[in-house]
Amino acid sequence: MNPHRRSPLVKIAAFLVYFFLYAPIVILVLYSFNASRVNVKFEGFIPNFSDTIEMDGSIVKASPCGPFHWYCDLAKNDDVIDAASNTLTIALTSTIIATIIGTMAALALQRYDFKIKPFSQLSLYIPIVIPEIVMGIGILSLFSQLFGWLNSALDLSGDARLSLGMATVTVSHIAFMVPFVTLVVQARLQGFDKSFEEAAMDLGANEWITFRRVTFPMILPGVLSGALLAFTLSLDDFVITFFTNGPGSTTLPIYVYGLLRRIVTPQVNALSTVWILIVFTAVVALQWIQSREQKPTAHS
Amino acid sequence: MLQRLRENKSAQGTLLALPTTVWLFILLIIPLVLTLIVSFGKRSPDGDVIYTFTLDNYIRLFGYSTDCTNGQTSCFDPLYVNILWRSLTLGFNTTVIVILLAYPLAYFIARADPKRRNLFLFMVLIPLWTNFVIRVYAWMMLLRKEGAINIVIGWIANLLHIPFTPLEMLYTPGAVLVGMVYEFLPFMILPIYTSLEKIDGSLYEAAADLGANAFKTFLRVTLPLSMPGVVAGTILVFIPVMGTFVVSDLLGGKQVILVGNLIQRQFLDARDPTFGSAASLVLMVMTLIVTYFYTRKFGFGDEIVAA
Amino acid sequence: MSTEFAVELRDVVKKFVTPEGHELNAVDHVTMQIKNGEFFSMLGSSGCGKTTSLRMIAGFEWPSEGEVYIEGKAMGHTPPFQRKVNTVFQSYALFQHMTIFQNVAFGLEMEGVKEDEIKKRVGRALEMVQLSGMERRKPRQLSGGQQQRVALARSLVKTPSVLLLDEPLGALDLKLRKEMQLELKSLQQQLGITFIYVTHDQEEALTMSDRIAVMSKGKVQQMGTPVEIYERPANKFVADFIGESNFLEGKLKSISGNEAVVFVPILNAEVTGMPMAKDLVNGSDVTVAIRPEKIRVVENQSGAGVFKAKVGTSVYIGSDTHLYFDLNGTRLKVMEQNRISSLDPSTFYVKDEEVLFTFPPENTLILKKD
Repeated sequence: MNPHRRSPLVKIAAFLVYFFLYAPIVILVLYSFNASRVNVKFEGFIPNFSDTIEMDGSIVKASPCGPFHWYCDLAKNDDVIDAASNTLTIALTSTIIATIIGTMAALALQRYDFKIKPFSQLSLYIPIVIPEIVMGIGILSLFSQLFGWLNSALDLSGDARLSLGMATVTVSHIAFMVPFVTLVVQARLQGFDKSFEEAAMDLGANEWITFRRVTFPMILPGVLSGALLAFTLSLDDFVITFFTNGPGSTTLPIYVYGLLRRIVTPQVNALSTVWILIVFTAVVALQWIQSREQKPTAHS
Repeated sequence: MLQRLRENKSAQGTLLALPTTVWLFILLIIPLVLTLIVSFGKRSPDGDVIYTFTLDNYIRLFGYSTDCTNGQTSCFDPLYVNILWRSLTLGFNTTVIVILLAYPLAYFIARADPKRRNLFLFMVLIPLWTNFVIRVYAWMMLLRKEGAINIVIGWIANLLHIPFTPLEMLYTPGAVLVGMVYEFLPFMILPIYTSLEKIDGSLYEAAADLGANAFKTFLRVTLPLSMPGVVAGTILVFIPVMGTFVVSDLLGGKQVILVGNLIQRQFLDARDPTFGSAASLVLMVMTLIVTYFYTRKFGFGDEIVAA
Repeated sequence: MSTEFAVELRDVVKKFVTPEGHELNAVDHVTMQIKNGEFFSMLGSSGCGKTTSLRMIAGFEWPSEGEVYIEGKAMGHTPPFQRKVNTVFQSYALFQHMTIFQNVAFGLEMEGVKEDEIKKRVGRALEMVQLSGMERRKPRQLSGGQQQRVALARSLVKTPSVLLLDEPLGALDLKLRKEMQLELKSLQQQLGITFIYVTHDQEEALTMSDRIAVMSKGKVQQMGTPVEIYERPANKFVADFIGESNFLEGKLKSISGNEAVVFVPILNAEVTGMPMAKDLVNGSDVTVAIRPEKIRVVENQSGAGVFKAKVGTSVYIGSDTHLYFDLNGTRLKVMEQNRISSLDPSTFYVKDEEVLFTFPPENTLILKKD
């Protein structure tokens, strides 16, 4: 019996589901070349390099980018640039911190017995079983209470007043990312044979050298996939950011959401397309590096 | 000092786990307690919280109203109960549809040629890397009256010479359902795939050897063994659907108000955090109860981590 | 302080808590002295405490009670990286992310040995285990046997005073295992290092060891040379665990020096044998143990010491014939060497044929009944 035998029905169903997954994205990208400012209808592609283009019945001065009109428009939009840089700053900072403390927690939970272990393990499941919005408004309440109290207690005023911003978003992102990092690394550690570490110690390495030279390189793939997961969660997050951001800490999802409630030009589509391309390239590059590192040892 | 720490394994474990535990305690546990406290409070005229102990918010949420049309002092207003019920049914419907769509694809990938399996899996992940909000926007463009779906249907109708007026699809409950299904589909595919992939190939051979046909093998071997994946996927889909407000906000407009929208409005537009806190706790209890009974029946799979 | 012993365990106890919450002595008051240059084996089935004992010598576990001495020094809570012993692991535990060279060099690097010195010594170590030229490979690219040799080289390159081996041949196939047994033994003799070897394979232990400790339930049942253990097992467990034995129940009639007389009801006769315990008392219940190959089948003899039985089954296995005698319902296993080559059916044993046999007194062991 061929284990790869599949009924054609399964193939058709799989194809349809893939179609369902990709059709909206294709449309999204297509509309980024729309020769319409309103972007309600598809009015045809922006023509190749010409001085003027016809848009929604009127003649408009074309950008020098030809069909990539909306992409150039995007590059000139300072709000988008700011939002993008905020998003990346938050994602990078929170990923680094979450990966470090999450990996430490995974080691503790997998290797040691200690008093608060059941509590630590249980708290990891909170972001999985509780809707994000509940956490979001809870954190908002915490910050507004805390800042209100601190501002009056320390008699802060003007710019010194504590308020929502980059720091609150980052701190909150770490809170919901850490459990995912920990659970991923923990799953990796489950199959980790302790005799590797014992062998290192047996050969004269102390605890720290053992960790640096043996344990860490061996769990690195798990740590990396935990970090990658955390990073994409942060990039994708809307709800937590929505409740914890303040002036000057608008992220791309928040910015796009704001636009969608007002008027939408194909700029948003251009932004989406660039976004998809960047994330796609980053992930493919990471996978490639990882697979190249593992090639000589065909990781199980 | 170092020697003592070296011998005290329990202290080492505590130290390693401490940053995460403290972080989660401050940013997840304390906020939940605070939400509980606020939900028992009252809204001041300027939108601040007055800390007191009253169950008014919960009573209002479950239908008690003093704003009655028939002149009575109090009456039952189903507004909020309806919202809760709508969220629950939407969560249920979304989950069922997502399982029905995800299973065949997960099955297809799990039984594909191992060399191409990763590619197929990768193709499930790519849509996830577009942003959550952007994915909703894509559906706005598809469902709109002048949108792609209406264009395609109109084009087919034209070919067949059938008269066609564009369908009003955006800002309907159906649009919200489609949006939810699209958003969370990958979260079901991954855990089901993981549990299907774990099934030892010789089990299929054993089933065939014992006389089971393909359908019976699926029913008696494959399906039961993949249940942990379905359970994990359900948790990953049902809970976020219950708490999301972006999809209903953008695809449902004013037509489809869910608990998420209710909560969000209390915190931003209506400025009544006490009522919003009560609603969000009710939402949390609802999801916890459903998850508890569901996982008690089917177990809690490790597959959650795989996604 | 005496340094006659490479390793010494004094009254060592290791307690574990089972998942059900019971306390369990995985190692139960074990005392053993391992001499310098000795090939010493700990033999027993899984869970007997042999691996835990080894791990306490290596320093991966600390005794709950008692003390481990290495070259006369009490180890206390000395961590593994400060002990002059090295371990070859059952799983080899080769670092997968390092090359063979890096694996073998790791221990020397930790000692702070200079680079060119490391190169020289790693080269010599790999030569010793016949793996020269494999330096740049990764462990996964080697066969099981080769990986085993790398693990050996990685430990030996540090020139430890004692090498601990935890079932190092367990993962190899039978033929390779036999080859490696001989190789290990000759390596040990050549280097003069003390080997402490943990195994569940009695044949392996008997083949390689100078001395063996047979362990069960956390306790040392008997310690001695392979011949002592096989020919003079101290109790029923050892007699049963090492090789095969027939056990018959009886009552001690008389005892004097190296001779004990036991009445065995199933034979309805008296049997003379060697008493294996000092505290045997006349009239007490004892167990008579005799190995299948020590029972002698005789013809045309009679008198005391000659017993009668019926042949149950006989199995021809080439070098030997295994006979199962029926002693009024009790089975007695007898092994006869096939010294004479014959195809004549009249020389074969037939079912239900009556046979006579004797128990040579020097091979009949009188054990305390447990």
